[in-house]
Amino acid sequence: MTFSPELEAKFAKMIGNYPPGRQKGALIPMLLYAQDEVGAVTEEVIEEVAKRLKLSRVEVEEVLGYYTMLTREPRGRYHIQICTNISCMLTGGEELFEHACRRLGIGNKGKTPDGQFSLEEVECLGACSWAPAMQVNYEFHYQMTPEKFDRLIESLRKLQ
Amino acid sequence: MANMVTITINGRQITVPAGTLVIEAAKQAGIDIPAFCYYEGFSVQAACRMCLVEVEKMPKLQPSCALPAAEGMVIHTESPKVVEARKSMLEFLLTNHPLDCPVCDKGGECELQDMTFRYGLGESRFLEIKHHADEKQWSPLVFYDPARCILCYRCIRVCDEGLGVGALGLSYRGVSAEIIPNRGDHLECDECGWCIDVCPVGALTSGTYRYRSRPWEMNYVPAVCTHCSNGCKTTLSVRNGEIIRANNRDRSGINGEFLCVKGRFAFDFVHSGERLQTPLIRKDGRLEPASWSEALKAAAARVRASIERNGKAAVIGSTRTTNEENYYLQKFARQVLRTNNIDHHRSGDVITLLQALGGREGALATVQDLYTCDAALVVGADLSQQHPLLAVQLRANWRHHQSPVFVISAGPVREDQYAARSIRAEAGTEADRLEELRADLQARRNLVILYGPSMKGEAVRRLVAFGDSLGIPVKYVCLVDYANSRGALDMGLLPHLAPGYRPVEIPGMTLDAMLEAPDLDLVWVVGANPLEGGRRFVSRDAFMIVNELFLTETAQQADIVFPAMSLYEKNGTVTNVCGEVQRTKAGPKVMGTKSDLEILGLIAAQLGFDLGVPLPDRVFEEIRREVPGYNVPLALIATGGAAPTKPPAVPAEVDAQPELVRSSGDTLFTSGTLGKYSKKLGEVIEAPGRLYQVLVP
Ligand code: SF4
Ligand code: SF4
Ligand code: SF4
Ligand code: FES
Repeated sequence: MTFSPELEAKFAKMIGNYPPGRQKGALIPMLLYAQDEVGAVTEEVIEEVAKRLKLSRVEVEEVLGYYTMLTREPRGRYHIQICTNISCMLTGGEELFEHACRRLGIGNKGKTPDGQFSLEEVECLGACSWAPAMQVNYEFHYQMTPEKFDRLIESLRKLQ
Repeated sequence: MANMVTITINGRQITVPAGTLVIEAAKQAGIDIPAFCYYEGFSVQAACRMCLVEVEKMPKLQPSCALPAAEGMVIHTESPKVVEARKSMLEFLLTNHPLDCPVCDKGGECELQDMTFRYGLGESRFLEIKHHADEKQWSPLVFYDPARCILCYRCIRVCDEGLGVGALGLSYRGVSAEIIPNRGDHLECDECGWCIDVCPVGALTSGTYRYRSRPWEMNYVPAVCTHCSNGCKTTLSVRNGEIIRANNRDRSGINGEFLCVKGRFAFDFVHSGERLQTPLIRKDGRLEPASWSEALKAAAARVRASIERNGKAAVIGSTRTTNEENYYLQKFARQVLRTNNIDHHRSGDVITLLQALGGREGALATVQDLYTCDAALVVGADLSQQHPLLAVQLRANWRHHQSPVFVISAGPVREDQYAARSIRAEAGTEADRLEELRADLQARRNLVILYGPSMKGEAVRRLVAFGDSLGIPVKYVCLVDYANSRGALDMGLLPHLAPGYRPVEIPGMTLDAMLEAPDLDLVWVVGANPLEGGRRFVSRDAFMIVNELFLTETAQQADIVFPAMSLYEKNGTVTNVCGEVQRTKAGPKVMGTKSDLEILGLIAAQLGFDLGVPLPDRVFEEIRREVPGYNVPLALIATGGAAPTKPPAVPAEVDAQPELVRSSGDTLFTSGTLGKYSKKLGEVIEAPGRLYQVLVP
């Protein structure tokens, strides 16, 4: 399989960054970027990345299963990650997450039937000073409240 | 001598080479440190923390399996802190462990049970609901129960480092972490079950043994694997005359704990519903069941008639019967039937090798030599698929001693993964490429050369000449197919050579000549299937007696069929591919069968011939006296050791008959006649297997 020319260029550069024989160091970023482009780490992606890094399939799957940011199942167009770790929990992160479940009608790791939103309860996002925090794809949203959440969802819906 | 360091463990001073792991140093001093993930011979994982010890001046407890001994270290393995830590580690390991010991296969021989019994706290502070994940079947032979797994990585390491298969990994994390197979939800691998064997708990279980027995209900019988020629010792677990399991957990024997899929799982042919359990006699054109006395009497009468009318007799022997039986069989042919028309299916040109070596002592490599030699050259063979133990030995030698392996083969082989050089040459032309390796090989201290069936006659002579010209000590292995292929040759199942390769006066017919002869009167086939694939003897009217386990193509054509025992059911010795003699003991029982030795003995007695007492020990005594190279130390054999035979000198004028060398080309998942009757072997997706292929990732 081939990726977009931009991603191919990125991979080529990335693999060159590692000393000879240590190319497998590129495994995690490759999986992540491939996931961003393809939508998920599919069987095809696993095999392709394994081939390029001279790894066995099981070595790729070891990493894939370990990191929760990597997924085999395609996520929603907007992947919402809500932190319920200590700082966020103390400032309403759990309530925010419960609200999100109700509002979207899905649970942790669920996806709305129209494929627009998926939801995940996550550990620290590194944004404790602005808790409670959440992330939509790669974008952060701080000091969230259920109201702000609803407004955000509405605006994302309109974007379609 | 390596740099030595002196350390103190529990007040005792010991001196060990620098770099020795503390857990090993302690073992040398007779101090046992409990460990799960540490596994001798494999890389250090330091994953389980069971081996923690206290080291003075080090702030935290240290994993002794990953701690190299350094000068002046003062170590405590039983201090209150260590004892406390062990209790905690065990409490931790048991938080999610199902504790289903009463039904777990491992119960009674589980390292976690033993460890908890010895070092555990006895109670747990965890009241939470246990994390559970369902059991998975990865293949007909390998099952995985993640709930029982303690994540010690042993299975991963034996598969990857030991075999070079690398079929297992560890994925997910925290309580969800588990072992994963290489094909998503199933395995595609060697199916050897080594992973199951080393699993300290009941997380990996075997398709043949699971939920069938408790370990203390079985008897353990030391046998030699009846499949390939490598001669692995296998301990049969027998209950009520039935083999329930085969493994070699005590690491006795030349193979340590290693067994391939055939040795570990393909014993089920023994109890196959298709085993012959009563003699058969052809009546009105059909094979009908008969009593032993009737069949023996009929056979004896027919043999006597043949002798009296001077009929031409031919005998075809077996590659999976014992040395004693083979020796007795050739005696039967030569003394009772008065013929040298005796042969067997030959699968390697041993005769030319012995000729070329001219009786040179120490020129045959042992299985152990493959682990200790300074380099190995594999010519025309796919070891991992056809000689699994030898492949594992060479690999371990490379892992532990960095001894290089050189390969000349027709196709890819697994040894390519780590070979110093791999050369591709069409079968039969390998010898032309030897010179390319000269410089590399001459740089080594010594060498073992292994060659397969594509090397015969002139090619073998060239190979030995090449080895001799290197100026370093060289030992050889001629690869042959079956459990006693080597013994069949040594015991003189040959038309022109008596036991010990001594030329006979008037050579008899070869196997090919027997099939083509128009005037045979009597044919006796013991444990062989020369009529495989619908072949027929040209002498259709010859009376045929067959000793066999199953109604093979050959047995179907017989006039009398004797139901024979398999190797697992009898006592005796066999000789492996390296010419090492080992003793095997009778384990299971299959009603109605007799050993070939007993059958021949009974017939000889009925005919009034004295061929010696047909008891394995008595015949072996005679072999030790009479067969050159076989005067091996009895004590070694009796205690389960492998005794190397000396290569007998074979006169140069003897025709090695290389044209009769034809390997049956078995793979890891086939084993001649026996393999066809092993259900388990046929069930795995890899069956019937093929020569090595590079797997796509
Ligand atoms: S059965 Fe053998 S080859 Fe297969 S996973 Fe287990 S150790 Fe590896
Ligand atoms: S399956 Fe067994 S050998 Fe493998 S990691 Fe788990 S406990 Fe260890
Ligand atoms: S390597 Fe050969 S002798 Fe050893 S277990 Fe396998 S088939 Fe049996
Ligand atoms: S044995 Fe040392 S950490 Fe497992």
